[in-house]
Amino acid sequence: MDRYGPYRLATGGQIDRTTHVPFQFDGVRYAGLRGDSLASALLANGVRIVGRSFKFHRPRGIFTCGVEEPHGLLQIGQGARAVPSARAPVQELYPGLTANAQSGWPSVRFDLGRTLDALAPLWAAGFYNKTFKWPNWHSYEGVIRRMAGLGKAPVGADPDRYETLNLHCDVLVVGAGRSGLAAATDAAEAGARVVLVEQDTQCGGRAAWGGSESTTSSESLEVLKRRLRAYPEVRVLTRTAAVGVYDHGVVTLSERVNSSSSRAPRERFWIVRTGRIILATGALEQPLIFANNDRPGIMLADAVRQYLLRYGVACGRRILLATNNDSVYSLARQLTDAGVEVAGVVDSRQHIPEHLAAMLQSSRIPLFARSIPTDTRGFSTLRQVQIGRLTPDVCGVESVQNIDCDALGMSGGFNPTLHLYAHAGGKLAFDDDTGRLRPVDALANVGIVGRAGRDGERSVGLRLSPVGDPQRQWVDFLHDVTVSDLALALRENFTATEHVKRYTTVGMAADQGKTATIGSLSTLAKLQGVLASQQPHTTIRPPFTSVTLGAIAGRSLGERFSPRRYLPLHDWHVANGAILQDFGGWQRVVTYPRAGESREAAVVREARAVRESVGLYDGSSLGKIEIRGPDALAFIDRFYINSLTGLAPGRVRYGLMLKETGTLLDDGTVVALAPDHILITTTSANAGQVHAWLEEWHQTEWPDLKIAIVPVTEQWATLSLAGPRARAILGRLPGDFDLSPHAFPHLTLREGTLLGARARVYRVSFTGELSYEINVPAQRAAETWGALLEAGASEGIQVFGLDALMNLRMEKGFLHVGADTDGTTVPEDVGWGAVARKKATDFIGKRSLKLPEHTREDRFQLVGLTSPSGTDFVVGSHLRLPDSIQATDGWITSAGRRVLTGEPLALCVLRGGRGRVGSSVNVYNADRIVAATVADLPFFDRSGECMRA
Amino acid sequence: MLRIPCPWCGTRDELEFVFGGQAHRVRPGAAVDDAVWTEYLFTRENPVGLHLERWSHAYGCGRWFNMARDTRTHAILKVYRPGEPRPEVGAEHG
Repeated sequence: MDRYGPYRLATGGQIDRTTHVPFQFDGVRYAGLRGDSLASALLANGVRIVGRSFKFHRPRGIFTCGVEEPHGLLQIGQGARAVPSARAPVQELYPGLTANAQSGWPSVRFDLGRTLDALAPLWAAGFYNKTFKWPNWHSYEGVIRRMAGLGKAPVGADPDRYETLNLHCDVLVVGAGRSGLAAATDAAEAGARVVLVEQDTQCGGRAAWGGSESTTSSESLEVLKRRLRAYPEVRVLTRTAAVGVYDHGVVTLSERVNSSSSRAPRERFWIVRTGRIILATGALEQPLIFANNDRPGIMLADAVRQYLLRYGVACGRRILLATNNDSVYSLARQLTDAGVEVAGVVDSRQHIPEHLAAMLQSSRIPLFARSIPTDTRGFSTLRQVQIGRLTPDVCGVESVQNIDCDALGMSGGFNPTLHLYAHAGGKLAFDDDTGRLRPVDALANVGIVGRAGRDGERSVGLRLSPVGDPQRQWVDFLHDVTVSDLALALRENFTATEHVKRYTTVGMAADQGKTATIGSLSTLAKLQGVLASQQPHTTIRPPFTSVTLGAIAGRSLGERFSPRRYLPLHDWHVANGAILQDFGGWQRVVTYPRAGESREAAVVREARAVRESVGLYDGSSLGKIEIRGPDALAFIDRFYINSLTGLAPGRVRYGLMLKETGTLLDDGTVVALAPDHILITTTSANAGQVHAWLEEWHQTEWPDLKIAIVPVTEQWATLSLAGPRARAILGRLPGDFDLSPHAFPHLTLREGTLLGARARVYRVSFTGELSYEINVPAQRAAETWGALLEAGASEGIQVFGLDALMNLRMEKGFLHVGADTDGTTVPEDVGWGAVARKKATDFIGKRSLKLPEHTREDRFQLVGLTSPSGTDFVVGSHLRLPDSIQATDGWITSAGRRVLTGEPLALCVLRGGRGRVGSSVNVYNADRIVAATVADLPFFDRSGECMRA
Repeated sequence: MLRIPCPWCGTRDELEFVFGGQAHRVRPGAAVDDAVWTEYLFTRENPVGLHLERWSHAYGCGRWFNMARDTRTHAILKVYRPGEPRPEVGAEHG
């Protein structure tokens, strides 16, 4: 063994011996070969300790050769691209890779945390429920979490791209070993659309590296690959794990993209809608359970085999093999043929098949039949294994002996990898004879082929040593759960498997029990004196292996997280210094601060301009819905508390819509453009919801009403011109509107042309001033806006945003649905009770208004507040009446100032508020209590003569 | 994620649909007493097995339809249009 690494064999393996790959582990430079995984390269270089165990900080070495790895979880890279808990056996080695152990201080090889092992009884299952109580858990929590941590999360924003993709197929084959390749080809031959996924870097499975039992395996692998290539439309994805099966054949895949291009995504997350799923997922080997079965150098026998045949790496100089089944005998032969010393084969079975024993004899490998490892020695790495010869009743050992070795390959049998079958709802049952789980259900859309579908080897031997300290017999290596922890759970009456799992954390680690669950089922059964087939397994859930969150997010990040909705005049707003804010997806203007002006000052200026002269506001996000048809008015009348029958064309009603529970859904206007053509407006935020609401009732409750519902929110821009000078300015635009107060009174709508384009103009007022809501087709918005600004320049017209609008309407006591109202508000609370009571015909929510809860005397009612002390009001501040015994008597829902004079004002909901006008309430804001006076609404222009000018 | 067969559009992902609760509920007239009315507002069946329910293809064609679904297995037994009668399906049928 030479410069290829002290444990690299001179020949054999499928790595490229001509290409060295430099890498680092814990700051030490090593070299591997192209084709190595991080684990095979570390083993080749004799790196035995790669981590420290979770609780006891015992040294641990590479354990497996696959995704089920519990010890070799390493931190790759650092900074924004760091990958915590990368599984070394599946981490592809690349030049410059830097890896670090995730635990151990000051280093993984010399870890002071080892002292925890000496205090092992303190860390028994559930220790945090019983210890570290004084003075309180939090004093210890930080330290304990740091010591038990598994890797560091990457720092900073993820610099890599990910993609989420969709697929439809008739057949999805999971696993491209021989069985998977055959299944995929057969399906393609039958005319199906096929997708074949393989989590390894290459197709071929075990046969690709010589791990198949059949001697003709490599031949038929080539034939299989050739047959599949005859169907180029079969999509083959390597480095792709199927991670979850969901309802109706939906499967998720996680692909590690292998590309040197900087444009390529790092990973892809595929969502596949399948007709049928075929699992060719093979089986995972299970460990044996005996004292100190976790030392570096102890690994699964099949891993020893794969490191030998695929990577040309010997896992030790003198390897002992221990088993309860047939599988390790060919391995003993393969090791010997490669020049690696095999210390012996330890088999816990009574009767070993003749031909297997003969295989060992011809190589002069000692066979220890009816024996099982009972203990091991070696402080930092394995040095010796103690084996015991089992008594005939296999309940004890009759003699022990020690075998020197530096590696132990153990096999507790192979458990079929059927997680995806379980995700799909399939039940698994433990088979006592074969010592593994087997599928019970025949699922309509899931088939199982190959090793995953074959019956296990019958009459396997003992898996759990009957002697040895149970506190040192590991069942779950990653979470440091031992046989004594399982016994403790049972003693404390956590006997259901799901309870044992949560109490001891067995099977809950990053490996999700891939090498622990089977052992824990056998052990629990043994401890309770029942058959393992009577011990149900815990629920198996996605994902099968960990999935990077970024891959699930895909491209839906930042600007693409949710669609943005821009007002027709967006560019103008931006160009004129608007502060924009997202309201329900719409980018709306808050205010337009001038140079050197604060946001607050801008709002005051804008609101004043509206009261004193004229302002212009872009309200295009306002919801607009047309209902047409002979039954349009009868239909819409069923939604509002206001009586709409007899609504004359052109007359605008302000109405409230309720849910069936009687609570407020939305407010807006209703106008009949013609008897069979209704136009309603809604709040911006609820436009979509109200449209869906109308459709739902029409389609499901009243399908006989002849109507069509057409949302036109985006089709019409809504420009609000408000202020005493509004009529004069609108009149300067070329158009055919008669703006005289007699012809165009308050609360009417007129249709006509403006600047040569059709327009619908409402006289409605949210500001409390003379206001025209000018609706023009959205593409004419800019032209109309510009014309209005030009026409109003001499009067000092100003554009204004939402903050000013909200302050103006608050002075008038106008509702802001969602702020002044919530899910409990009924019309009476906001002063509209009489209107609702007067309506004779049915409407949605009408019956609920009679419920006792909605007719209580002491409900919260919308009223105003003024501030004698001049203290500003803060939305959300709670109110309490003098001598109140309630926790709260209401809260402030809107807050602002008198527009022209600046005194603080608020709207609030107050218990029995309308009966308390003039009296005092206490306002609670953080640690301050201030008195306020209850006021009648509106604060401004009580007669409404400004609006009705 | 369910794959739902919209009666008009064919099978689509569950994400395109909005669930609308129990189907075949009858809106009582105004003359009922409070108990009957609040039962209509708030009480729903919660069966294990066959459930008749409403769905809307909100992010597709926008139409409402009814579905017979097995709440244990999520198997969709039938979809049918609003106004059509309750279908004759048992929970076990595929």
